Amino acid sequence: MTSRPRWWKTALGVFFTALMLFPVYWMVNVSFTKTKNMRADPPHWFPWDATTEGYQAVFHQQTPALATSLLIGFGSVALTLVISAPAGYALAKLRLRGTGSLNFILLVAQMIPAVVMAMGFYAIYLRLGWLNTIVGLIVADSTVAVPFGVLLFTAFMSGIPEELIQAAKIDGANTWRTFRSVILPVSRNSIVTVSLFAFLWAWSDFVFASTLDRNGTMIPITLGIYKYIGSNTTQWNSIMAAAVVASVPAAVLLVVAQRYVAAGVIAGAIKE
Amino acid sequence: MAATAFAAPLIVYLVAFYAFPLYRNIELSVHDYTIRAFVQGNAKFVGLSNYADVITSQTFLPALRNTALFTAVSIAFQYTIGLGLAVFFRNNFRLSGVLRGMFLIPWLLPLIVSASTWSWMLNSDSGIVNSVLQAFGIGQINWLTSPGMALVSVIIANIWLGIPFNLVILYSGLQNISPDIYEAASLDGASGWKRFWHITFPLLRPVSAITLLLGLIYTLKVVDVIWIMTTGGPGDVSTTLAVWSYREAFGTGQPAFSPASAVGNLLILIALAFGVLYLYVQRRQETS
Repeated sequence: MTSRPRWWKTALGVFFTALMLFPVYWMVNVSFTKTKNMRADPPHWFPWDATTEGYQAVFHQQTPALATSLLIGFGSVALTLVISAPAGYALAKLRLRGTGSLNFILLVAQMIPAVVMAMGFYAIYLRLGWLNTIVGLIVADSTVAVPFGVLLFTAFMSGIPEELIQAAKIDGANTWRTFRSVILPVSRNSIVTVSLFAFLWAWSDFVFASTLDRNGTMIPITLGIYKYIGSNTTQWNSIMAAAVVASVPAAVLLVVAQRYVAAGVIAGAIKE
Repeated sequence: MAATAFAAPLIVYLVAFYAFPLYRNIELSVHDYTIRAFVQGNAKFVGLSNYADVITSQTFLPALRNTALFTAVSIAFQYTIGLGLAVFFRNNFRLSGVLRGMFLIPWLLPLIVSASTWSWMLNSDSGIVNSVLQAFGIGQINWLTSPGMALVSVIIANIWLGIPFNLVILYSGLQNISPDIYEAASLDGASGWKRFWHITFPLLRPVSAITLLLGLIYTLKVVDVIWIMTTGGPGDVSTTLAVWSYREAFGTGQPAFSPASAVGNLLILIALAFGVLYLYVQRRQETS
């Protein structure tokens, strides 16, 4: 194939991307629009007359919610890693009995609708007193990430050469030591991918937050935005400013770790 | 022995946080639970009558129809657009990597963010969509509040959300098709369109099957987009089974957990049916 300059393809690509990302642009645009211009006809396509009143409102009202979301995100990452990394090792390398059925259960687990899980958790948490607690949300959010994490770790760890494990054994390391000082370090990429998704799913969760933390004093940012919409339909600049702030982790992850994101999407769909 | 020890946390976790909630959910669906019965724990056993009530309810058939429409139309468009873009991005032009990366953004955003942005864009009086349509002489459309358009609106938003997933997976599928085949075809004088129909599409069939089935399973579960944009309304016109279940349990002042869990369990059955199909397709691909 000759490599002619394909500038028109680039132009077309930029056009498609712009079309696709228009809603994102519009969210940012509205977040800077003054309340009095919000219902202008025709709408302002660019915030020439920009204001930061929306962002000020967000930082005054939503800072606790942002902190709560961070806490839930990190908690969910920790729980997911602690459960799924050792399990992945057992499934990949330790000749666990019942591997086939465990893999099957994990696949089926990913198909269960969140709303069904939410009802089950509600019934359980009501008794335990876990409703409206951070711990309750961390546990519920982690259920989305744990099956994914186990499957991803299993797939990756199956590819670790047996010689590496044998060498550690000869040096006198027991299974736990081997796992900690050989397996985990070489699995760094998988750890990053799983953490990333566990964080993003917990940060973005709406169904569990709106069912298990409805009356909590500490609500995550997703629920903060939802309550904003319900109580305050005139100040869309504040709502959109909150939405922009809530999108920051996604944007950061995309810039810092795009290849891990793509790897995760594909790993979730196509097993090696 | 070590294997069991390493897998033990997962097994305990699955029993406590998957099996137990699911068991509780089944239990809810065969009792008559009210909030009071919830606290006191003395709900009456009613067998399958919640299921009978749900199936004979006036909402059941519309919800089933909406679920089918929402899922089928969303997936058809997501897949077609995703595939078109994947083929387009396969031409490694300048900036193609960066632009492809940017296409992931809608998928990474929290659903509340996308859903509320779409709500405002589709707002009847001040939304940008109506404003653009007006410039072309099309009158005001009540996207979210009219019975004819509410389901269309949530489907549009959902298509937008699903394109990145389809693009990423189909693109990776395209990467696995050997360039030699294309070279041979171009020597035989096959045009671009012919190449797509006779090479790309057939060779991509396994990846396509997986993409479509996974999309199906994900789309059946969707609650947030619809709930945030229309709460399933007006009336029941944009109520799917998942939204119906959510509304019964958590969406009104009076939670009705028993019918809600019955609806939820029916939804699980549908999802599992497609899940089994997915596993079957995947197995067959592994052996071939």
